[in-house]
Amino acid sequence: MSEDHTYQPSNAFTRWLDERLPIMGIVDHMMGYPTPKNINYWWTFGGILSFCLVAQIVTGVILAMHYTPHVSMAFNSIEHIMRDVNYGHLLRYAHANGASMFFIAVYIHMFRGLYYGSYKAPREVLWILGVVIFLLMMAAGFMGYVLPWGQMSFWGATVITNLFSAIPYVGEAIRELLWGGFSVDNPTLNRFFSLHYLIPFIIAGVVILHIWALHVPGNNNPLGINVKDKQDTVPFHPYMTAKDGFALVLFLILFSYFVFFNPNAMGHPDNYIEANPLVTPAHIVPEWYYLPFYAILRAVPDKLGGVVAMFGAIAVLFVLPWLDTSKVRSARFRPMYRQFFFIFVACCMGLGYLGAMPAEGIYVIASRILTVYYFAHFLIILPVLGMVEKPKPLPESISKAVLDAHGGSASANTAAAPEKR
Amino acid sequence: MAVTDTDEPTRRDFLYIATGSFTAIGGAFLVWPLIDQMNPDASALALASIEVDLSSIEVGQSMTVKWRGKPVFIRRRSAEEIEAARAVPLSDLIDPEARNDNLPEGSPANDQNRAPAGKEEWLIMVGICTHLGCVPKGQGMSDKKGDFGGWFCPCHGSHYDTAGRIRKGPAPQNLEVPVLTFLSDTKIKIG
Repeated sequence: MSEDHTYQPSNAFTRWLDERLPIMGIVDHMMGYPTPKNINYWWTFGGILSFCLVAQIVTGVILAMHYTPHVSMAFNSIEHIMRDVNYGHLLRYAHANGASMFFIAVYIHMFRGLYYGSYKAPREVLWILGVVIFLLMMAAGFMGYVLPWGQMSFWGATVITNLFSAIPYVGEAIRELLWGGFSVDNPTLNRFFSLHYLIPFIIAGVVILHIWALHVPGNNNPLGINVKDKQDTVPFHPYMTAKDGFALVLFLILFSYFVFFNPNAMGHPDNYIEANPLVTPAHIVPEWYYLPFYAILRAVPDKLGGVVAMFGAIAVLFVLPWLDTSKVRSARFRPMYRQFFFIFVACCMGLGYLGAMPAEGIYVIASRILTVYYFAHFLIILPVLGMVEKPKPLPESISKAVLDAHGGSASANTAAAPEKR
Repeated sequence: MAVTDTDEPTRRDFLYIATGSFTAIGGAFLVWPLIDQMNPDASALALASIEVDLSSIEVGQSMTVKWRGKPVFIRRRSAEEIEAARAVPLSDLIDPEARNDNLPEGSPANDQNRAPAGKEEWLIMVGICTHLGCVPKGQGMSDKKGDFGGWFCPCHGSHYDTAGRIRKGPAPQNLEVPVLTFLSDTKIKIG
């Protein structure tokens, strides 16, 4: 926020440091950063996602110490990690399930943004950076899934790299460039390993920009109204650090359940068969977090059209801030949008289910209907809703709404017991 | 900044643009090796051809060999299969081009242009679905062969006929026929 530069170095060393590298001021800003006092547990997923990124980098760097990116050794080196390396199975399961947990958290984080209108002015850049992170996560997750060199790794890599061959004229050349050969082979595995190691650090960089873009306008909140004065906020530390910490513990319980009790629940058994370029498994599916987009790909009966629709499903998120014409942010005050939001969530879940089903009969028809609805939500429903919907009256301020909810007379309470800071 | 008392481009503007262009072009030259290193290298290109012995394949049987990391389907077709493929009018085909690397581009996809001349019982094609690169089923005796008796891709449901032509499903092209030569009656070279 604008009144950042309030940090006063408290001793000679910090004064000396502050003149050369004002890093303590940033720490001070992060700790005191004013957060709306009404934000709920849906707002704790930012912190949870930061944890996920760090956990993936730490476990990933360690796994790379034991993994061999070569087509004749990759599959065996994974088994070596699982059987021989001390705690290797734990590290691998934490990394593999960590990817799924990362995506669970990011989808909740995104749906929270959709529900409470967190993408609207002045937070468009914050939202766009978030979509960039989501795309990078998908790239990292995809390349990571290729590394064990099982059947699903190989055929997933084949299908996804073949998507690029749908591009007119240059498609084939791009595909050969990605493969480094005439099929998915050793050069492909090598470069995927290199990029899989690189992308998390790019994500970390974009996360810094994402947090920066958050700290300029400040957090949105469940009411979607602007912070008016200090009474509407509490400092990040200790209030949000404690709240985020508690939510993280709950999240880690779920994480631990998968790692310790059901580590292969979100994987696919075919990936424990070594890659065979001559045999495609009867039913190939991507990791669960790509399923909705996979369903959109398969819903279109044309190769290029399917690819365009799949990428379009993500691209539409970039322009979402300008597609939603309503000035009111929070769905709490938008009765019609609120219903359409839940229909949209169901639509995404439905697409996810259909992505896992074989591409035949009723499943194809259902995928087509839901694909059309997915795009209609963004391109028709949101622009029109902003014009026809009559929002409920917005509260005067965050403070007043909080106090009203707790039964007190707002004016009397705020006068008698003003919040600290 | 540039002189403002005239609309004509000044000497300084010219130097500015020339320097910028020079840097941009130089930068592009610098980037090219960083991109081109990803293209197939000499060792990948060196694996360009293989020889296959066909003497063990009976009529109606199939064999799959690996060429350039990809499966190549070899089927010794029965008379009925050839008959069925020839009976299809060109107007029924999704992709009317032969996709045969031994023929000029744009040749029609009739059965004569799919199989090697004079050796019509042999159908030799890259076994990669032209949709998203899966290996279609149909080589094994008990495999699902699709609605047209040829091959069926389980990934996204493309059906190929007994000449390896796409007949139904999302694949845009017929299966590719690679460059091949018969070294003798029972021996071929692919690539």
